[in-house]
Amino acid sequence: MHNKTIAELIEGLQKKTFSSVELTEHFLARISQLNAQFNAVITVTAEQALAAAAKADERLAGGNAPAMCGVPILHKDIFCTDGVRTSCGSKMLDNFVPPYNATVVDNFVRDGAVMLGKTNMDEFAMGSSNETSFYGPVKNPWALDCVPGGSSGGSAAAIAARLAPGATATDTGGSIRQPAALCGISGLKPTYGRVSRWGMIAFASSLDQAGPMARTAEDCAILLNSMASFDDKDSTSVDKLVPNYCASLNNPIKGLRIGIPREYFSEGLHPGTEQAVKKALANLEGQGAELVDISLPSSHLSVPAYYVIAPAEASANLSRFDGVKYGYRCDDPKDLQDMYCRTRQEGFGEEVQRRILIGTYCLSAGYYEAYYGKAQQVRQLIQQDFDDAFKSVDLIMGPTCPSPAFKFGSKGDDPVAMYLEDIYTIATNLAGLPGMSIPCGFVEEKPVGLQIIGNYFDEAKILNAAHQFQQSTDWHKQAPEGSL
Amino acid sequence: MKWETVIGLEVHVQLATKTKIFSGASTAFGAEPNSQACAIDLAMPGTLPVLNKQAVNYAIMFGLAIDAEICQNSVFERKNYFYPDLPKGYQTTQLDKPIVGPGIVTIEGADGSDKAIRIHHAHLEEDAGKSIHDGDLPHGTSGVDLNRAGTPLIEIVSEPDISNAYEAVAFAKKLHSIVTSIGICDGEMSQGSMRFDVNVSVRPAGSSVLGTRTETKNLNSFKFMEEAIAKEVERQIDILEDGGSITQETRLYNGDTKIAKSMRSKEEANDYRYFPCPDLLPVLVSDEEINILRASLPELPDIRQKRFVSEYKLSDYDAKLIASDSSMAAFFETAATLSKNPKLAANWTMGELSAALNGANLNFSSSPVTADQLAGMITRIADNSISGKMAKVVFDAMWQGEGNADLIIEAKGLKQVSDSGALEQIVSDVLQANPSMVDDFIATDESKRKKKLGGFMGQIMKASKGQANPQQVNKILLSKLNKLL
Repeated sequence: MHNKTIAELIEGLQKKTFSSVELTEHFLARISQLNAQFNAVITVTAEQALAAAAKADERLAGGNAPAMCGVPILHKDIFCTDGVRTSCGSKMLDNFVPPYNATVVDNFVRDGAVMLGKTNMDEFAMGSSNETSFYGPVKNPWALDCVPGGSSGGSAAAIAARLAPGATATDTGGSIRQPAALCGISGLKPTYGRVSRWGMIAFASSLDQAGPMARTAEDCAILLNSMASFDDKDSTSVDKLVPNYCASLNNPIKGLRIGIPREYFSEGLHPGTEQAVKKALANLEGQGAELVDISLPSSHLSVPAYYVIAPAEASANLSRFDGVKYGYRCDDPKDLQDMYCRTRQEGFGEEVQRRILIGTYCLSAGYYEAYYGKAQQVRQLIQQDFDDAFKSVDLIMGPTCPSPAFKFGSKGDDPVAMYLEDIYTIATNLAGLPGMSIPCGFVEEKPVGLQIIGNYFDEAKILNAAHQFQQSTDWHKQAPEGSL
Repeated sequence: MKWETVIGLEVHVQLATKTKIFSGASTAFGAEPNSQACAIDLAMPGTLPVLNKQAVNYAIMFGLAIDAEICQNSVFERKNYFYPDLPKGYQTTQLDKPIVGPGIVTIEGADGSDKAIRIHHAHLEEDAGKSIHDGDLPHGTSGVDLNRAGTPLIEIVSEPDISNAYEAVAFAKKLHSIVTSIGICDGEMSQGSMRFDVNVSVRPAGSSVLGTRTETKNLNSFKFMEEAIAKEVERQIDILEDGGSITQETRLYNGDTKIAKSMRSKEEANDYRYFPCPDLLPVLVSDEEINILRASLPELPDIRQKRFVSEYKLSDYDAKLIASDSSMAAFFETAATLSKNPKLAANWTMGELSAALNGANLNFSSSPVTADQLAGMITRIADNSISGKMAKVVFDAMWQGEGNADLIIEAKGLKQVSDSGALEQIVSDVLQANPSMVDDFIATDESKRKKKLGGFMGQIMKASKGQANPQQVNKILLSKLNKLL
């Protein structure tokens, strides 16, 4: 049952081949059996899940249930879940139980999906390896000595290990696409504003975007149908009709113009990764797509700009964790200053503190223009690059990340090397564009991701191309040993 | 040396919206601590602000009232600092692109002439909560009440055009009059609806260079502001005359103890690290929206004052006094229209009623005597049913809730006797009963006889239980006495 796609599970549920309770029990059993190896799930909500599954079965029996009704999924622990601890991977929120649901969570409740639990993540989504989590690192199911990517490494690993057929995730600089690539699954970061940010704990508000993770593009489309909505509780949510993302999956891609940015095939790209990506592009060309050589000349500026803007916003977003209202508070503070300092020093991990410091510095009097002001200008240049490119192409494709999953601790001492993990994914966040990663091969027996970037609100076009690729390949069907 | 004072004001005005600027929680004053703070006000993780459109409209209305330019794409920024009553660790406010641009507020200076005070800008922002350091809290702990957190404010920043405490108070009162007249603030000073920060510096008279200024923060009454300015000016002049120099600092003035003290110096000031708030979009305002708000703008106090002079023939002084307070003005207009006697309506509104309201700590909108009731009483004064003296008795009874004037006059038997037959009888009776007074009157020299009338009037009023119409009695009495000469 765990090898079925969400689409297949939906068919089984609707035809009553199996019930949601059976399905939920199956995945709960897998989690309790296998999760210890991967540390992908940090909270299991078995009781609630079974109750929700029973309710879903009633809805299914009544007929006309929504597609997701009865399908078990996991939520990244960045989404607030009413009555269920929401830690954001941090000691700071280890004891935090929100009294409300994120809109994304509510949307799945509305459609009858079953929450199995919450997935591990880099602390406050800051990281590309899942090593910064307070709950310990997540292990890559394809190579247990390697990272799963981050920050949504828990969601990605859980799907690769068949602990759940789908999961929610978030992407601020590549946090959906990079772990999807490293774990050999499919993950989509929608256009900024497509999915509500309400109840999603903020890292960098102008970059954060929630999206689905699953094994196939079709499953991502099904999940996005539930996730995407206009939300008047999020001022940056865009009031635009949500199409049925499944409706256009089977459109032929003949004549599709695919831009291949020169800058994404430069120094630093692992030759094996390059080869796998080029083979994938050849496959699409074989289906009638046209490959167009393009340039995104400001690409090299995206990492530096990102590491000013994201920490700057984070430095303010994380100020609310001060020990006054909720979350961690240090023991026996001797005065207010001491409470602030020790609460934040003890409650936040090293990477989070580093980014708060960087952000605080960048916004300081006398430095604002040189850093934050400049970074905003760069952001416009990057947006302009994409605007120009999309005048002549429908989609842009390249590698998701420079190399396959790396070993734990191998980038630990060098934050900049870690930051370069997101060199191909960050630009889309700065521009607010949708991007996806799908499996397209292996190197050193570890998965490689193909990145597909679309124009604003062109998620359907991305999913269509990804689905067509997956119709003629079986990379997405590969499963790591020990997960079967 | 002769010194001159330079003052600039920053005025925080709480907007009278029902809900907060970024959440749906109520803004009502005086509730149980933390009972009016929702997840957004508490800065719970994952919560997001949504701008209250009414707050924006109120800010625009203020801008239109002072003839200022309205910014059609103003931007909210985050002002970062840590404090327990600031739940997010930043205040959402405006800096580079405030919603209201430069404008003008005209005040009356000490010499009675008009003076224009330039407004630098006014911006929208959220109020903070309150820290509580006393009460029943366990030793060593402080409390935080977040009911006020997120209450919408406009901060009005003046240019340093104010020359003394008198002008500062006149300016503050004018702002109070404007914001209450257009209905964007309840004007309740005691509840913190308007708070003042005063920037004060002094310089040698005639100098064009500004002196070092201090800022005294959070004054919540006109009186405290006046005192704080006077004290600060004196302090600065003393220091300078002793050869010292002024330290740029933020100060606090305690209106109860009358003590001012330094809060923090410039060196200790926060670096607020402002940057545009990524959770909020720029506030786009169309020409059409501005025009609709302009058309809906209630009458401004200056215009109302002129209208009261021309429409009701009030004196400039009376018109100004009544027009500056919109609820008083509304009360007056109703009373004047119903009674068709603006002069008496103005006198009673400004006099007896104002005094009674002040004494009871009430305002015109909560007056126990309605405009309708006052007009009814004025009608009876004007038609000579009651005398001015009796009117005061009627007024007191109305204040006590004993009903309208006619009811009270009837019940208390206060109706003035103007029936000439009845009055003639009373006068004749009094003259007959007091032959010696009549003899005395006749014997008195003609030039001094008028003074003797008072005695007869007293007797007559006593006999009529105060109800005799005095003008009529006077006439009858004179004609009867003259006949005896």
